[in-house]
Amino acid sequence: MDKFTQLKAIAAPLLRENVDTDIIVRIERLVGATFRNELGRYAFEAWRLRPDGTEDPDFVLNREPYRSAQILLALDNFGCGSSREGAVWALKQRGFRAVLAPSFGDIFFNNCYQNGVLPVIMPNSAVQALARQVEADPGRKLVTVDLVRQVVVAPDGGETAFAIDRLRREALLDGLDDIGLTLKRESEIAAFQAQDRARRRWIWAVETGR
Amino acid sequence: MSGATLFDKIWNAHAVADLGDGYALLHVDRHLLHDLGGGRAVMDIKEKGLALRNPGLTFATPDHAISSAPGRAGTSETGKRLLNDLRTLSHEYGVRLFDVGEPGQGIVHVIGPELGLSLPGALIVCGDSHTCTHGGMGALAFGIGSSEVTHVLATQCLIQRRPKRLRVSFEGARAAGVTPKDMILYLIGRIGAAGGTGYAVEYAGGAVRALELEGRLTLCNLSIELGAKMGMVAPDDTTFAYLAGRDFAPKAELWDEALAYWRRLPSDDDAVFDREERIDMAAVAPQITWGTSPEQVIAVSERIPDPAGIADPGKRRAAEAALAYMGLAPGTPIAGTRIEHVFIGSCTNSRLSDLRAAAAVAKRGKVAPHVRAWVVPGSETVKRQAEAEGLDRIFRAAGFDWREPGCSMCLAANGETVPRGERSVSTSNRNFVGRQGPGARTHLASPAMAAAAALAGAIADVRTFGG
Ligand code: SF4
Repeated sequence: MDKFTQLKAIAAPLLRENVDTDIIVRIERLVGATFRNELGRYAFEAWRLRPDGTEDPDFVLNREPYRSAQILLALDNFGCGSSREGAVWALKQRGFRAVLAPSFGDIFFNNCYQNGVLPVIMPNSAVQALARQVEADPGRKLVTVDLVRQVVVAPDGGETAFAIDRLRREALLDGLDDIGLTLKRESEIAAFQAQDRARRRWIWAVETGR
Repeated sequence: MSGATLFDKIWNAHAVADLGDGYALLHVDRHLLHDLGGGRAVMDIKEKGLALRNPGLTFATPDHAISSAPGRAGTSETGKRLLNDLRTLSHEYGVRLFDVGEPGQGIVHVIGPELGLSLPGALIVCGDSHTCTHGGMGALAFGIGSSEVTHVLATQCLIQRRPKRLRVSFEGARAAGVTPKDMILYLIGRIGAAGGTGYAVEYAGGAVRALELEGRLTLCNLSIELGAKMGMVAPDDTTFAYLAGRDFAPKAELWDEALAYWRRLPSDDDAVFDREERIDMAAVAPQITWGTSPEQVIAVSERIPDPAGIADPGKRRAAEAALAYMGLAPGTPIAGTRIEHVFIGSCTNSRLSDLRAAAAVAKRGKVAPHVRAWVVPGSETVKRQAEAEGLDRIFRAAGFDWREPGCSMCLAANGETVPRGERSVSTSNRNFVGRQGPGARTHLASPAMAAAAALAGAIADVRTFGG
């Protein structure tokens, strides 16, 4: 997994609530998609493109300098809906490594960590304040997301601390993925299963057929 | 010390290791794979040089990418490839596959309970957000992402953070025309699409206890639309009666052992929840969504809201954008809005009881000439049972299409879409922008409401319809 330590970058304000993963990437782009790295161009296509296929200049990610943004500013419940991890792949391919929002869809939130993308929970007012600063001079007003110090630094230097679970923070800093961590616990899993087979025989009966 | 909730009991029984800060390594009892993710996951396993740890606890079926056309005629090349991937997986790794045309095939969240794979007290996961459906069995069930699917295949475990606990009590009796779908849509309208984020929800109260098992599955299905990854109903005699004798349910002395265990699962009387919500059933009428988030919902007798009257600026902008997308005028009654499509199906409302409710309405007339109306049973077994009862004949006689089981128009694969700018009443769970196809306009409602709309050619109140 890609590490995440510190990122200073252009932040794009996408100030909408309940942005769902269907909007982030449409299902037909994912059905049978073999290459995750092709998904970036499909990110937000329902908003980026007009029905005739041309770009909608009003959509924030179609405007300079936000085309090269690596941080996304969003509102409540970002990434709600479908569990499709393709939503995170599409965002990441598009260049995003951090999303700052007041709350996230639970499954999307977990999927971010599996892919080295940092979801930062920040109060609505703090996201809005960042957006105002950025919009004043989008090309130069950069935002810093610092996982080492657990702060977001606004263009004017103001800092907002954020909380992150220790486990998730360490995995991101070191680029570790969950499977590697869990495989080290094989003996604990084996012990649990051995006990459980006696304790809840009715769960395990399916292994040997009906 | 206060007692434990249903959620706590199941979570604690599955904790293989405490990882600190509220994280646990949890054991997975049942893992379901479908055609969208199954092949991909196994490719990942191979690439990483891993093995399937407990293939006997994983079950697979095609549902998302196969066509619902008669004979599966419309399945795309990709859909066929995904189905073949599942077959290979099943041969190579010994994962039980319920293949096209055989009993057991169907939408993952329909077949789990139907086969008796989904049991009370079990921890169930699937790479699909509507896995919360199985919570209706008294299980702890939730959707996971593809990386987590790979993790489960390799380790039979998952790393999860313990959510908070929310109890929603529905008190009072359901009024005429009000279904479980209306109960959950009403709740989402009340507390919002993010109202349950971070919580495991337990649905309780007299109106929930009175629900048949299939209705409980519908209720739990939309937990994710409430923002909650997990939703559940305590198991009781209704659950046990539903399960007894199902193909994969425990038998003989194992049944007795299981039953004794299951009876101890319900939340203790003195259990404390992090939050409580109460819904008075007297306030719940048949619901219909008007926007592009499930929280944008009203009673079918109401008028389309005027964004000008919404105080919260974020919600006001969202309402304006939704009305523009949906092509609706604020202030007009929603009943009478012309529609072109009806979709009765999906893991929300495609079970036998749903089809019976829709057929009871369909009996009373004919599908309006400008409406294309589809009934897509949730599984091969549902399809066969419905046909044995003659429901297919009722639907066909009224002008509905009777199709093969799968996800179909719920997610718009295989070209099973609502064309741009056209309007559908759907019994599914998502009215997102473009969910049923680019530019499609979706109104979510119960099966009876959807059938009424098909006959009326417009959104209709099932209580007064054709009366
Ligand atoms: S019916 Fe719809 S919501 Fe349910 S699993 Fe299939 S695509 Fe997902």
